[in-house]
Amino acid sequence: MSKELIRLSDCFMKFDDDVILDHINLYINDKEFLTLLGPSGCGKTTTLRIIGGFQKPTSGDVYFDGVRINDVPPHKRKVNTVFQKYALFTHMNIFENVAFGLRVNKVPDPKDPKRMIKVPESEIKERVEEALALVNLAGYGKRSVNSLSGGQQQRVAIARAIVNRPQVLLLDEPLGALDLKLRKDMQIELKRIQQQVGITFIYVTHDQEEALTMSDTIVVMNEGKIQQIGTPEDIYNEPKNAFVADFIGESNIIDGIMHEDYVVGMYGRKFKCLDKGFAPNEPVDVVIRPEDIDIVPEAEGQLTGTVTEVTFKGIHYDIIVDFKGFKWLIQTTDYSPVGAKIGVKIDPDGFHIMKKSQYSGTFGDYSSYSSEYDELNEDRLEDEEVGDEE
Amino acid sequence: MKKHYIPSRLFTLLVYIFLYAPIVLLIIFSFNATKSNRVWGGFSTQWYAELFHNARLLGALRTTIILSVLAAVIATLLGTAAAIGFYSMRRRSRSVFLAVNNIPLTNADIITGVSMMLLFVFAIGAFNSSFLSDLLGVRWKTGFGTLLIAHITFNAPYVILSVMPKLRQLDPNIYEAAQDLGASGFLAFRKVILPEIMPGVLNGLIIAFTMSIDDFVISYFTKGSGVTTLAVEIYTMVKKPVTPEINALSTLMFLVVFALLLTVNIRQARQETASARRKAKLNPGR
Repeated sequence: MSKELIRLSDCFMKFDDDVILDHINLYINDKEFLTLLGPSGCGKTTTLRIIGGFQKPTSGDVYFDGVRINDVPPHKRKVNTVFQKYALFTHMNIFENVAFGLRVNKVPDPKDPKRMIKVPESEIKERVEEALALVNLAGYGKRSVNSLSGGQQQRVAIARAIVNRPQVLLLDEPLGALDLKLRKDMQIELKRIQQQVGITFIYVTHDQEEALTMSDTIVVMNEGKIQQIGTPEDIYNEPKNAFVADFIGESNIIDGIMHEDYVVGMYGRKFKCLDKGFAPNEPVDVVIRPEDIDIVPEAEGQLTGTVTEVTFKGIHYDIIVDFKGFKWLIQTTDYSPVGAKIGVKIDPDGFHIMKKSQYSGTFGDYSSYSSEYDELNEDRLEDEEVGDEE
Repeated sequence: MKKHYIPSRLFTLLVYIFLYAPIVLLIIFSFNATKSNRVWGGFSTQWYAELFHNARLLGALRTTIILSVLAAVIATLLGTAAAIGFYSMRRRSRSVFLAVNNIPLTNADIITGVSMMLLFVFAIGAFNSSFLSDLLGVRWKTGFGTLLIAHITFNAPYVILSVMPKLRQLDPNIYEAAQDLGASGFLAFRKVILPEIMPGVLNGLIIAFTMSIDDFVISYFTKGSGVTTLAVEIYTMVKKPVTPEINALSTLMFLVVFALLLTVNIRQARQETASARRKAKLNPGR
């Protein structure tokens, strides 16, 4: 886990006048499952393509195992890629698709190491079958690409990419085209494959849940910048700024003042928290996760507010509560009717304090709760339409 | 709806009669025993036999076949390369180039023919009066060379038009995928891109070949005096009293072109169903 394999050093990328990557610094360890997470246009796919060799950074360096690889073309890199739309070769059957990497590469002759020879046919057969078995497609070799379902094509793409035994597998939103159920199965499957082959996976997605489920390390990106790097737990529990807090899970983000260590003020009241190390009376963003808030009778509450919206979600209710004009989302199993006056109680570990950033004030208010959900749905629809067009 | 059924059937029938009656008539009279094009004198294949003893016609046939094959092959190479070039352009310049590509297709043959003749006259004049001509001791004149250049020129846009859709259907990452797996740029092209677009390339080749066999107008203006193609030869024969040999020849030409076009259409239909099946697989439930 500890050995560094890939390093991006001060990578800057410009396309026309748009800055795609803004001085990225990132290192990736051997055998790590690392996810680049962010909204579309954040630079995550570009980062992946730079590692794969399909794009060159405008400035900055890429190192692989300590060697600078900026000018190494993709076919000479020890990384392989699973593309978003699989990019299978439709004029070949499944076996030949998987065997492609073995057929185009030459290996040293065991009898005379100076001579380069083709991989022997017997070895190709063995390794292709091994790869197909790994993705649960043993016996599918003779079938045509067109006869497979989307999920199966996805597996072929993975088998084809790992047959060369790369040190790193790059995956560009590989589950984007699958339906929800299949996506969940493939998440577990991918994690299993990664552990079985024991190589580094660099995974690109905009799906925060997918990232939390599979990754050892998550790199949250936005607007060409890395916002935060950490384990899934770190990213969820200790978001660095309002963008990360909002993008990963649901968050109420409130203006506050750090009066002194372990004491935060908001709505003119003081609360106990577990954070320290801020300047006295420094303005901060306070993150409170919806599930960390308890609803109590009005008299017992640290704060009181009015319920404005209740949505049943199955396991819990989404309750929107108005606190002096700022609307919070609370997730609770207790039902409160619309219009009820309630009190809330938050334990000290429910507060998370962040320094002010460029994202302060842009996220974390649930005034437009329902319309926000609509927007999410619309985004999804648009994505699908684009997919159809291609 | 049912009311319109019979009239619409009738109308379709009429359209086909008008389209194909002349050809059917031509085929029938190519087997006529007498020389007349009006009176049926019994079945005979004598005109076919005579056709194959006509040295002028056989010479024209040979020229036409060599010309069509050469023009089709060269136009296919050029057109495929051009299509790949267009495909890798940005959307804006691509659509400009495609629009320019389409102009010769809609342009009248006579204009293409005359303008090419003018160009050749000009180019030949310039070449023959230059020192290069003296240096090499060569005088260039219109003939098979100019004919070939003209045919390549009007064939290439058809090839481009037939290869472009295959390129558009490609997965956007397929070239990168081949490189990613260890193929150099050229190997990736040869092993992946070319086989994937091959159906379009072959269709382009066949279309170009039939266009070349078929062409009269452009050949007429660019062939010069030494050589003649089948279509031009038929035209000169018709100016004299018509012999039924022409019927036989036209029948044969029609059958060859018909067979080729049928092949193209069947191939295209097959590819469409295959790609539709693939699309349905990729987007289940949609």
